[in-house]
Amino acid sequence: MKAIKIHDLSFAYGEIPVLDHISLEVPEREFLGIVGPNAGGKSTLLKLILGLLTPTRGSVTVLGLPPEKARTRLGYVPQYPAFARDFPVTVEQVVLMGRLGKGRMMGGYSSADRDIARRVMAETEIANLARRRIDQLSGGQLQRALVARALACEPEILILDEPTANIDMRVENELFDLLKQLNERMTILVVSHDIAFISGYVHRVACLNRTLICHRTEDIDGQIIQQLYDNEVRMVAHHHH
Amino acid sequence: MHAILEYGFLQSALLAGLLASIGCGVMGTYVVVKRIGYMAGGISHSVLGGMGAALFFGFAPMKGALVAAITAALLIGWIKLRWRAQEDTLIGAMWAMGMSIGILFISRTPGYATDLVSYLFGNILLVSREQIGHMAALDLLVTGMVLAFYRQFLAVSFDEEFARLRGVPVNFFYLLFLCLVALTVVLLVQVVGLVLVIALLTLPAAIAGHYIHTMGRMMIAASLLGMVFTTAGIMLSYYLDVPAGAVIILIAGGSYLASAVFSQWWQQGKARRSLARMFHPGTR
Repeated sequence: MKAIKIHDLSFAYGEIPVLDHISLEVPEREFLGIVGPNAGGKSTLLKLILGLLTPTRGSVTVLGLPPEKARTRLGYVPQYPAFARDFPVTVEQVVLMGRLGKGRMMGGYSSADRDIARRVMAETEIANLARRRIDQLSGGQLQRALVARALACEPEILILDEPTANIDMRVENELFDLLKQLNERMTILVVSHDIAFISGYVHRVACLNRTLICHRTEDIDGQIIQQLYDNEVRMVAHHHH
Repeated sequence: MHAILEYGFLQSALLAGLLASIGCGVMGTYVVVKRIGYMAGGISHSVLGGMGAALFFGFAPMKGALVAAITAALLIGWIKLRWRAQEDTLIGAMWAMGMSIGILFISRTPGYATDLVSYLFGNILLVSREQIGHMAALDLLVTGMVLAFYRQFLAVSFDEEFARLRGVPVNFFYLLFLCLVALTVVLLVQVVGLVLVIALLTLPAAIAGHYIHTMGRMMIAASLLGMVFTTAGIMLSYYLDVPAGAVIILIAGGSYLASAVFSQWWQQGKARRSLARMFHPGTR
């Protein structure tokens, strides 16, 4: 079974077309990068996969189910956190929110939930920040907390929207090293504007600018990048491990 | 102090103040953190419609207030979710329409003038034993709901999108949340009147938020602060022979302003001290 199957998908906000006849199949355990210019439809594609938006035409199947049915089996790290940075919660409380929707409806979190939260905080190396308020975190620390929250969902597919937009290069490397580790047990989709950087990590790159073209990482060269960005991007040396 | 022991109405007033403070601390914390003070204001003012109608038809004003508050909350929530109306305009419309309905009913009811003022600005010294029983029941309902669904309320108010992705019925909890705000508003209308509700709902929680940064503790601290403000306000108004609602709000408002200044100064002092420790270890 494919983790994600997108067939002839089109989407428009009102009369403005954003995605045009897109088809994409993501096998399980793939590490897929999605790149493209701003307003190219990257975040929209993710929201369609998460079932937060409904396709204008075509279909999306996630883990063999409609997106709304599959969404609790996904972990999502948003580009712009939808919350206020000064909201009075601790890192641990935020990570525990990943456990919502599993287990009982009323009352507090179970001890199993707390164990899972502890485990994913250790995995993302923020265990020492558990009691810290989120407004006291650096950009990189907050990003790790959001990854931990997504991992607390025990997802089969992890979806990240521009996870490195607000963090520096060193932290960016650390984050992708972590994603590479996680990829051993889950499918990962990561949106980025930095094709050169992610091609050192991902298996395939999907270039999205209203339409979608997939490339295997080995095939990516300056010409493809130029086509995608219309000469606006400088070619940066590939990052290899 | 012997006035408290001697006069039943003073005991009732103080008890009503304490009961109102519980709801105000719990829901006020959400209102402050979510920055929906204006929404609470809209609900509280639209309550006049229900009170006016109750007066006209000869029901207890509190029952009318309850119906009006829940109706306003559900209408605001439903129209916002269903029709994506602009929230502030929508609240403004409910605010003004509720008051207009109230004024029309009251103008048709003989002897309206004194009632109107006590609805608008509260008359806690007239609160009855029966009303106190109702207030306790509202408190139980609000705190019970918040305790039962604490995780969902926190998740929905923190990050609605993520809560939705976790399969939390976000719209249901949003409407339930607005209903709990409405119940709290009715609770507070008894004490300070509908014009002053926003202040009592937000100021204790806002003061708590200056020093405390987890929701649960903010709720407790805000409830305690509310108790101090209402008790002090009622006693002071009794000795000065002035309206209690206004005195309570002035005490709460004054404390808030003082705390806003003090907490800034305190934070800056803390930052200076930690810098000093960093660059001159060993000194204090």
